[in-house]
Amino acid sequence: MTTLLIRGGRVIDPANGVDEVADVFIEDGRISVAHGKAAKEIDATGLIVCPGLIDMHVHLREPGQEWKEDIESGSRAAVAGGVTTMCCMPNTTPRLDHAGVVRQVIERARQVGLCDVHPIGAVSRNLDGKELAEMRELTRAGAVAFSDDGKPIWHSGVMRKALEYASTFGFLIIQHAEDLQLTGGGCINEGRISTQLGVTGMPAVGEDDMISRDIMLAKLADASYHVAHISTRGAVDLVRRAQAEGLKVTTEAAPHHFALTEEEVLGFNADAKMSPPLRTEDDRQAVIEGLRDGTINIIATDHAPHHEDDKRCGLSCAAFGIVGLETMLPVSLGLVRDGVLSMSALIATMTVNPARLLKLASGTLSEGAAADICIFDPAGKWTLDRNALFSKSRNTPWHNREMTGRVVHTIKGGRHVFGKGEILV
Amino acid sequence: MSQALQHLFGIGQLSREQIEYLIDMGESFVELSRRPIKKAPTLRGKTVINLFFENSTRTRTSFEIAGKRLSADVINISASTSATSKGESLLDTGETLAAMQPHVLVIRHSLAGTCEFLADFLPHTSIVNAGDGAHEHPTQILTDLLTLKTQADGYQGKTVTIVGDIAHSRVARSHLLAAQKLGYKIRLVAPKTLLPSHVRQYGCEVFHDFDAAIPGSDVLYMLRVQSERLTDNCAFPSIREYHEAYGLNRKRLAQAGDNCVVMHPGPMNRGVEIASDVADSARSRILDQVEHGVAIRMAVLTALCGAAPEPEKLSPKKEKAAAAMQAQGKLL
Repeated sequence: MTTLLIRGGRVIDPANGVDEVADVFIEDGRISVAHGKAAKEIDATGLIVCPGLIDMHVHLREPGQEWKEDIESGSRAAVAGGVTTMCCMPNTTPRLDHAGVVRQVIERARQVGLCDVHPIGAVSRNLDGKELAEMRELTRAGAVAFSDDGKPIWHSGVMRKALEYASTFGFLIIQHAEDLQLTGGGCINEGRISTQLGVTGMPAVGEDDMISRDIMLAKLADASYHVAHISTRGAVDLVRRAQAEGLKVTTEAAPHHFALTEEEVLGFNADAKMSPPLRTEDDRQAVIEGLRDGTINIIATDHAPHHEDDKRCGLSCAAFGIVGLETMLPVSLGLVRDGVLSMSALIATMTVNPARLLKLASGTLSEGAAADICIFDPAGKWTLDRNALFSKSRNTPWHNREMTGRVVHTIKGGRHVFGKGEILV
Repeated sequence: MSQALQHLFGIGQLSREQIEYLIDMGESFVELSRRPIKKAPTLRGKTVINLFFENSTRTRTSFEIAGKRLSADVINISASTSATSKGESLLDTGETLAAMQPHVLVIRHSLAGTCEFLADFLPHTSIVNAGDGAHEHPTQILTDLLTLKTQADGYQGKTVTIVGDIAHSRVARSHLLAAQKLGYKIRLVAPKTLLPSHVRQYGCEVFHDFDAAIPGSDVLYMLRVQSERLTDNCAFPSIREYHEAYGLNRKRLAQAGDNCVVMHPGPMNRGVEIASDVADSARSRILDQVEHGVAIRMAVLTALCGAAPEPEKLSPKKEKAAAAMQAQGKLL
């Protein structure tokens, strides 16, 4: 029987309304109420002890683009960021549109053994937006939701059928909301900065119009609909109104969308290029307001690793996306420092809230739950060095910036997998 | 040199003093091109590479003549003959050419920010932006200002009315920046489909009615309208309708003040944005712009060659690459 005692930390478990200084006892990989002598102890004095974080929007690139990231490097990046559960998006090669590939990803993650990986299955075969993928089969294989992420489901008829079919069986559809006819050819937000730089912009309305349509279709289909990486004021307002109407509409925000604005792109910075793009200060404030009032109750990173060759080719040619797993917590802690969310509410956005949406068992420190735990120092300062990331890729806008908040230990299923800056297994 | 420049990326990076210095130096070079023997030794021993990824006749020729009249060795590379057509990346092309130790790389590219991007990797080469996407075209603006200084009533306090495809125009953006620094006014005239989203941030006036913008204008600056915009962007329904609303013809020119001049950065689409009789009229300063373009490019090359650091030492990255090359028995 293996035992581990985490002693003296401030334990925050939003699922159970816990926020108190306490010890956490782990027995055989599970949270236990028994409190005996442990084989190993971790001193968490002055640190916060919370459920291992869940990042429900990650691109792991395996299979198909392993030079950017693979399940092992992605898992290492995850636990270094306090993340013990990831949902990976289906735009791999081959796509996650077939049960075999879904099983392969889950199996590979188990072999690596650092972080649970729950695939998001493809809505449409080959992400072509034409024929539906076998959602029931994919669910049996382990898919927890469906998305064509990276691409929008643009065809209204297909989206209607996808929502109807998914809702028939209680599945969730996640949309990368982007009207390509408005954003096509764009590379940053359409606005002041795109005007200055002379590059084609992606207008905010190109996100809003698709969400607007989708909400109408979700209502028609009585479906659960989730907006990925929400980034505009208009979109936050649309989701807020849909929720007020009682529709099953949810959304997530990525840390870069509430921490950064389009100003980051000045100087043609390709590491600040992602889709949806960094928006205006007004949009950033709207995302923050959405987090404050609960319209947005999930933080997810859209971790999108890209090789330097795909980024080092000028702003217009560079691939969309930034890595996020290792900066999720410190960047998000800014919301607590700024008084937007309590520490407990913030932790909920990365634990129990995504767990409830996706019906995952993780995200809690309840008795008997798998002992997935993140222990962090909310005031710990460090400087991000992109060359020191555990991810294979280095595409981060936070290079050389000071971060406040540091993951000190990560426990996965009772195993101490990350500590003092190193992967321990 | 007090106005030292390592690169010329755009008007945005220049101070008023630097702009005026380049215009003044350009003015002093105008005379050289009118001599029977058009040669000065200023840039002897300097190498200038014109690297053009977009088609260009006048800008490339202008840089070439400017370099040659100042005795520089000038090499022209166009995208169709360069390695990029074989799939070489922009960065590799830039690094390869920089390894041949030119003093100046003059770059035109369809993507905004190309010069800034390459400069990060080419520490010993001065880079001149000869037009990058819809971002900047600094030597054109310096040329226009020299033309206004010598062939019109100057630019200070004047109103320059720019008409046409503002959205895709690097010339318009560079003028908007220069106007703020030098104290002249810009009026933009275009349908909404050809305006960038946030152009009012430059403090310019925006007109959709060309006729309303003409009185009070000191310069009518016509932009080339590319026919691709018709099909790709639905920016306007037909050349005929565009010309009717935004073309400069004799009738419109008659509404302008007596001292108002007509300019165009070229190449012109006669009968589209500008009628032939206007282009060829006494009001036109279009060929003066071309002549002054050579003088301004002489000034820019001179300023950069004076200031560019000598490549005493290879960068660590290049040393490593050179060692690897030697190990493989290859020679650069």
